[in-house]
Amino acid sequence: MSRYASAAACLAGGLALMLSAAAAAQKALPPLPQPSGPAPVPAILQNYKPVTADELKKPGDGDWPMYRRTYDGWGYSPLAEITPANVGQLKMAWTLETGQVEGHEAPPIVVNGVMFVATPGNQVLAIDAKSGDLLWRYKRPIPEDMLLLHPTSRGVGVYGDKVYFAAADAVLVALDAKTGKEVWKTKVEDYTHGYYMTLSPLIADGKVMVGCSGGELGIRGFVAAFDAETGKPVWKTYTVPAPGEPGSDTWPKGDQWKTGGGSVWIMGNYDPATNLAYWGTGNGGPWMGDQRPGDNLFTASVLALDVATGAIKGYHQYHPNESWDWDEVSPPILVDYRHNGRVIHGLVDVARDGYLWELARVDGGKIAFVAGEPFVKQNVFTSLDPKTGRPHVDPARKPGTGKKADFCPSLWGGKDWPPVAYSPKTRLLYIPANDNLCGTSIGEKVSYSPGERFVGATTTLYIAPGADHIGELQAWNLDTGKKVWSHPFANSQLWGPVLATGGGLVFMGGTNDRYFRAFDAATGKVLWQFRTGSGVIGVPVAFAFDGKEYIAVQSGWGVDSARMQARLNLVRPYQFPDVPQGGSIWVFALE
Amino acid sequence: MTLAAGLGLVVAPRLVRADEEDAKRERPQPGDLLVKIGGDPAPLAAKDVPQGGPQILAWPFDPAGKTVRDGSRLNKVLLLRLDPAGFDEATKARAVDGVVAYSAICPHAGCEVSRWLAPVQHLECPCHFSQYDPKAGGAVIGGPAPRPLPALPLKTVDGRLAVARPFTARAGFQQS
Repeated sequence: MSRYASAAACLAGGLALMLSAAAAAQKALPPLPQPSGPAPVPAILQNYKPVTADELKKPGDGDWPMYRRTYDGWGYSPLAEITPANVGQLKMAWTLETGQVEGHEAPPIVVNGVMFVATPGNQVLAIDAKSGDLLWRYKRPIPEDMLLLHPTSRGVGVYGDKVYFAAADAVLVALDAKTGKEVWKTKVEDYTHGYYMTLSPLIADGKVMVGCSGGELGIRGFVAAFDAETGKPVWKTYTVPAPGEPGSDTWPKGDQWKTGGGSVWIMGNYDPATNLAYWGTGNGGPWMGDQRPGDNLFTASVLALDVATGAIKGYHQYHPNESWDWDEVSPPILVDYRHNGRVIHGLVDVARDGYLWELARVDGGKIAFVAGEPFVKQNVFTSLDPKTGRPHVDPARKPGTGKKADFCPSLWGGKDWPPVAYSPKTRLLYIPANDNLCGTSIGEKVSYSPGERFVGATTTLYIAPGADHIGELQAWNLDTGKKVWSHPFANSQLWGPVLATGGGLVFMGGTNDRYFRAFDAATGKVLWQFRTGSGVIGVPVAFAFDGKEYIAVQSGWGVDSARMQARLNLVRPYQFPDVPQGGSIWVFALE
Repeated sequence: MTLAAGLGLVVAPRLVRADEEDAKRERPQPGDLLVKIGGDPAPLAAKDVPQGGPQILAWPFDPAGKTVRDGSRLNKVLLLRLDPAGFDEATKARAVDGVVAYSAICPHAGCEVSRWLAPVQHLECPCHFSQYDPKAGGAVIGGPAPRPLPALPLKTVDGRLAVARPFTARAGFQQS
């Protein structure tokens, strides 16, 4: 056959195939084979042991059952196989793509050898923690008309045979840990009115507790508790009081309280001895304090809530009449420390307002001020009241409606949402700080429209003249109140949650160079680093399986880390290049 | 027959409500009029849109069912009245007396495109500063927006602004 003949035969054959395909398309296709039942449950899930209340109070050394592993918020694992001497040999054990973009901030939660990971896009993955096999995937569609300003999740909670997920569209979902199927779901609030959820649920006393984000969308913040077994509402405590409720005298007479903000972004910490949970609250809404004259309790505060009833038993407001967008996102950690020779039964918070706050837990849930000092460049507070800790604010540094002010730290604060870690071995507190960032803000009148932006401010960001770094991992000794070491990042902001381990290491990512690093917990020396595909802003964890220690973290740049990068790129063009998005889970171990 | 009528009686009221909910959530349809959000409920005419900006926001209004389509924020329509001499051909064809209509929802992260930059005649989203040219089909001028603002072609019915055709592209944004 000539070349032409062969081509013609090919064409004819192709045509015949197409014709027969067309004829087949007109006939009914045979039915597809149907699975004969539900997918088989893998052995590791068949053997999944219900998580008990005692295990949440005192997790096994190899488990990481909640956001910070323990109720006190330390972010500390006692595992000690990986040490400064061998961490240089740390290798990737497995990795897995999440299929999502945006900020991957959640810790991999590990119990019974099963890892549960929440990602953006209302997704939860269950994975065999040792092998990296995907066991199930849960995905809940996000309504197309939802204004989701922070597309992220900070993790799931586990209790009994369920996995609890605070879905972005303000719905609390309980999943069957063995199958990933919904057991119950409860509407927490109305997303069309600006309520959304980013936090990991706090599970204690048979309840699942969550709060809502939306301080930029005219919400009224709250913490709400639901029965862990049934999902039925138990109590709901607003962070902004209604007229007549305690604290309402710190609000003006009008309707400002209805849209007063006080978001709850992060899971509270919990003291089982008193059944009190400590929650951080966001700024007031809209942003300018002169549109809501008064201290505006309980915005920019820590609240002590009775988990049985939701009653507010105590509070400390870090800065009254919030006007800088300094949400006090993270709750204080529960830790006892020395101060002037006394041992304080304490709370310590590293705040967005740029101060490290030492507080005390006193009888009945009250919170007392002990000390506060700046950990980054801060030019707004001229001093603190020595008794109450109330800051004296330089009026020139406070923005208002039609009044521009220039202040440090920037609206993202000295430390935003990424959690600190505390090691009881070194007695050091590890702070992922952003130093030398400042900005301006000017307010404007704004009218409320349900579910729309309700901010009323125009802001800028700049780097303080002469700054030699931005991001800075700091280690503070809580007993002396002194900074012991710091590791600066000259050309990157820092959005890295911190993990401390019993092996004498601190793990953290958070920089725009996409590295995940291990530091010597005692000295701050970088001992190991690994480059992932995107920036690492997930909460790192340590877990063990068959006696072997693993380190796990999500990579996936987005949300505020990316927004700050865009702003920095305006300040120093081309020095803060785009960081690619795309989420993945990384697990490391010694060979 | 009796059975069917009986069923109709029982089911009809629920169906009507569901239909109404659907109609409120349905994107703007040809023939819809436009009513100002938070303003006079009378359907808008070109002269009700301020000449030279800023934009005003409107809901589509189905005159047959007397339904304001306010069931989804993705139905928010931004109306702007400018000198049509500066419009590109596609924008001219969609405009009525210098009035152009676009989706008010930024296709980047879903914020309302609420700012009007009069000196450059650009629309701006306050969340991440995406800018659009309303004279050139809502083209992206700057910022992270991945695509132009969807346009809503207009016509006139009895002197009122009316929707001529659906949005030129899907209104809204990609949920991550």
